[in-house]
Amino acid sequence: MSEQDPSPRDRSNDLAISRRDALRISAAATGASLAGFGKTMAAAQPMPVALPGMSLTVHFQVNGNHIETLVDPRASLLDVLREQLALTGAKKGCDHGQCGACTVHVDGRRVASCLTLAAKVEGRQVLTIEGLSLEDGSLHPMQQAFIDHDALQCGYCTPGQIMAAVACVQEGHASSDAEIREYMSGNICRCGAYVGIVAAIRDAAVTMGGD
Amino acid sequence: MQTFTYSRARSINELRAVQAATGDRILAGGTTLYDLMKLRIETPDRLVDVTGIAGLDEIISHPDELVFGALVTMSDAAAHPAVLQRAPVLAEALSKAASQQLRNMATLGGNLLQRTRCAYFRNGTEYPCNKRTPGSGCAALEGLDRGHALFGGSGSCIAVYPGDWAVALVALDAVVDVRGSRGTHTIDVASLHRLPGDTPHVETVLEPDEMILNIRVPVGRLAQASTYHKIRDRESYAFALVSAAVALELEEGFVRQARIALGGVATRPWRVPAAEAGLTGRRLDRATALEVGRMTFADARPGRHNGFKIALGAEAVADALMIAAQRSENR
Repeated sequence: MSEQDPSPRDRSNDLAISRRDALRISAAATGASLAGFGKTMAAAQPMPVALPGMSLTVHFQVNGNHIETLVDPRASLLDVLREQLALTGAKKGCDHGQCGACTVHVDGRRVASCLTLAAKVEGRQVLTIEGLSLEDGSLHPMQQAFIDHDALQCGYCTPGQIMAAVACVQEGHASSDAEIREYMSGNICRCGAYVGIVAAIRDAAVTMGGD
Repeated sequence: MQTFTYSRARSINELRAVQAATGDRILAGGTTLYDLMKLRIETPDRLVDVTGIAGLDEIISHPDELVFGALVTMSDAAAHPAVLQRAPVLAEALSKAASQQLRNMATLGGNLLQRTRCAYFRNGTEYPCNKRTPGSGCAALEGLDRGHALFGGSGSCIAVYPGDWAVALVALDAVVDVRGSRGTHTIDVASLHRLPGDTPHVETVLEPDEMILNIRVPVGRLAQASTYHKIRDRESYAFALVSAAVALELEEGFVRQARIALGGVATRPWRVPAAEAGLTGRRLDRATALEVGRMTFADARPGRHNGFKIALGAEAVADALMIAAQRSENR
């Protein structure tokens, strides 16, 4: 299941319609000519990418797959991943950037996907827990370490913990237990599995260091 | 959440054109604005995303000055070798704020403009709040004020300015270069934020169409012997109960110059010149540091639940002074 292809449902038809609408409406709204659309704009003012009530098309990569999908300008990356791309690993905990359950990587850096406007990931590479396992299907060392150290109870925060933990090691912030605790403080575990989490990261940091 | 028009500016000129035509709100990292839009406290009709503007994501280390582009992320600035070495108070203020996830998103310019964490402001229309709805009153004045200001409050608002980075910048006499319809001009970070007075909803001196381009910080001996000491309810990932940004220039154990600014206890970043003057010329030891720490809070006006911050803050300032003194010796 974790290797599920994250391609969105077929939206090619919606896309065609929506692009025409987008063209027509934004051209009308700004007074710009249709001929200028899609080329480098000579006019100084950029055309709106989305008007109220309209969707915008966003192109980005998720776990190595190219995605082109329509999003509401209000949508968070988290909602697009979960509701449109059926990638439900990243969790909605607080929806305000306070709990870390929604952590994913954008261009190799961990972010709170609930506070990331989907419109802002245009052209970027997103990595979620579903894309973390290795090419042969085996678990990432951090996933294995969480199992080995019993680093969870209910598991709700775990995808966010693991994505944050992988970044924590890659950033070079896992050199001691104190440093791990400091740089993992954005991920809350209400079951209190912190002891196992720190042990798992310390362990996986060694394995990952060999990469 | 109310829907909105979303644009992307790829240059300052494009931003200027958008601002002139339609007056869009500027969106950078979004960690404050998008959060408050979800709470329906911010309701912009139009947003222009500035994170694609080139040339504002660099840190330049000049002999006498560090220059930070406004779109540098908090995490990049916190880890920058020149910042760590030449102005540790800045690196510490950044790395002790938020979480690494948010520091990877939030920009240095946006960070300065973050809005208060006052629960009455954030929790919506159930409570009056002059900052959220001008003229509606202030629930904190008679309410749970443990997190509210001891300095700079008014009869309209006692909400704390929650940031750390601005407090460190104020201690080092930093300035921001700002661009808007009035052209490009420079503002002291110390004058960027307004006291609440009768208009707590007007938080800075910036015009709606103005954007911070750069943050410039003078650096020398003073900045090098500096620290940001932050006391929180939990050890990490929390706003300050009280924080002290301190910088020292010592000459054979005697204080030639001192800078002391407070966070978590005031309605804006709070420099304390009287305490700085009280320390100048004196030999620094722990007893002197604590005396100056107490001096720092001499004018505090506590409410009902935040009086404990006077003693806590005096100790925090004292500890910060001793850490900075250590760094002066090790220089």
